[in-house]
Amino acid sequence: MMNGFSATLADSATMLRRNFRHTMRNPLALFNGIIMPMFLMFLMVYIFGDAFSVGVNYADYATPGLILTAICYGVGPTAIAVSSDMTTGFINRLRVMDVSRAAVLNAHVIATMLRSLVAIALLIGVALLMGFRPSASFTEWLGVIGIVALTVLAIGWLTVAFGLAAKSAESAGLAAVPLMLLPFLSSAFVPADKMGPGARQFAEYQPFTSIIETLRGLLTGAPSAGSAITAIAWCVGITLIGYLWARATFTKRA
Amino acid sequence: MNGSAIAASGLRKSYKDKIVLDGIDLDVRTGTIFALLGPNGAGKTTTVNVLTTLLTPDAGKAVVAGHDVATETRAVRAAIGVTGQFASVDDLLTGEENLLMMADLLHLPRAEGKRIAGRLLDRFDLVGAASKPASSYSGGMRRKLDLAMTLVGRPRIIFLDEPTTGLDPRSRRTMWEIIRELVADGTTIFLTTQYLEEADELADRIAVLDQGRLVAEGTADELKRRVPGSHIRLRFTDRHGLDVAARVLHGSCTGPRGTTKS
Repeated sequence: MMNGFSATLADSATMLRRNFRHTMRNPLALFNGIIMPMFLMFLMVYIFGDAFSVGVNYADYATPGLILTAICYGVGPTAIAVSSDMTTGFINRLRVMDVSRAAVLNAHVIATMLRSLVAIALLIGVALLMGFRPSASFTEWLGVIGIVALTVLAIGWLTVAFGLAAKSAESAGLAAVPLMLLPFLSSAFVPADKMGPGARQFAEYQPFTSIIETLRGLLTGAPSAGSAITAIAWCVGITLIGYLWARATFTKRA
Repeated sequence: MNGSAIAASGLRKSYKDKIVLDGIDLDVRTGTIFALLGPNGAGKTTTVNVLTTLLTPDAGKAVVAGHDVATETRAVRAAIGVTGQFASVDDLLTGEENLLMMADLLHLPRAEGKRIAGRLLDRFDLVGAASKPASSYSGGMRRKLDLAMTLVGRPRIIFLDEPTTGLDPRSRRTMWEIIRELVADGTTIFLTTQYLEEADELADRIAVLDQGRLVAEGTADELKRRVPGSHIRLRFTDRHGLDVAARVLHGSCTGPRGTTKS
């Protein structure tokens, strides 16, 4: 008989293997998570890029925003997967088998994390081909990875909570749509001070802008401690809200 | 073959002001098939959820496999298997992967998991479809895979929530055969159904649930005897025929009435 901790670990590994197979067999997850951000990169940098004047090489400007966009596009399948686990009775089957809540939900978040990291690595590869010239040092790259991981954790838990709370897989997918739109209302593609009134204030203060500015500072310019602290605070806050919401919903609905 | 596999008394559950279970008492003997018969919304799934530790009742006590569902959840879960109302198979995994996933979650050694999966695929006639994704399965195959997944852990008590709802007649027959085989191995089966025919066909004892109350309980024969108003009216053209029939049906008819001599 295994003790609680090693059982949770073994179950998490089993569930992770399952989620990994899901990703590989779900064309929509692969397309949304990997192809779509690359297409957006091509669209923004190669097609629109020359028309935007942002003061710097546009590939350098847009890549941090596209990294965040990739994270947001990658979580849609997570919301749908969590929701269909709930609505098909799969979670009930696992509960009767004494599989821990932690194993089920952690596996979804870890799978999302791995998917995002692969997507972002590929995206950066494409960005380099399109003229992205990062000036980051080794430690700054570590900082980039750290911020990306924190962001995926935050958005991942929030999406898991969406998926648990949704009445159906369709509405779970819909709940992830605002996340796909938010990058456009941030400094991802154009600086906030070039936007119209209202949008500008929203873009300046929404969490994505501080995350993007932190990544931009680390990758191509001077890292700013102020935006890094704001970004980390947002990530920790959103992770906590997502995690607690997910846990409460799981207990109530499952 | 004796002792209670499932014993419940005074189970109550309500959501807001809607009473779903209104004092349910049950006793299911080990190694028998028990059918909970009732229409949609009678409280069948709620009863299953309470007995399988998924739902805490507002009042009452339930003992499953000798353990209290409220306080010895783990011991109960280790003894039972549940196949829900909707086949909860993983559509993106193949039949074999679904079974191996169950074996992994039960922490069985790899080789043993493979062996059990292979045997179940064989037993449920799913070998040909073993490496196809479950999304390509027919309704009957999904139910069979669902039940096979439940059996990986060799449960002593199996709960089947409407195991044949939505199945075509042939798949239903197959499912019935499988259920009979299970009980022949000494497993206790608790099944819910909307079909009188299914309960009659399979169950040693039947309880009829309506609006959260048990309105009747007994063997199929006992219930049929108790149902009022079910009778056959025979008419005879002569006295002799009536006398013969009365002798043959002795004791089960209420006597000649309104006979006319021709």
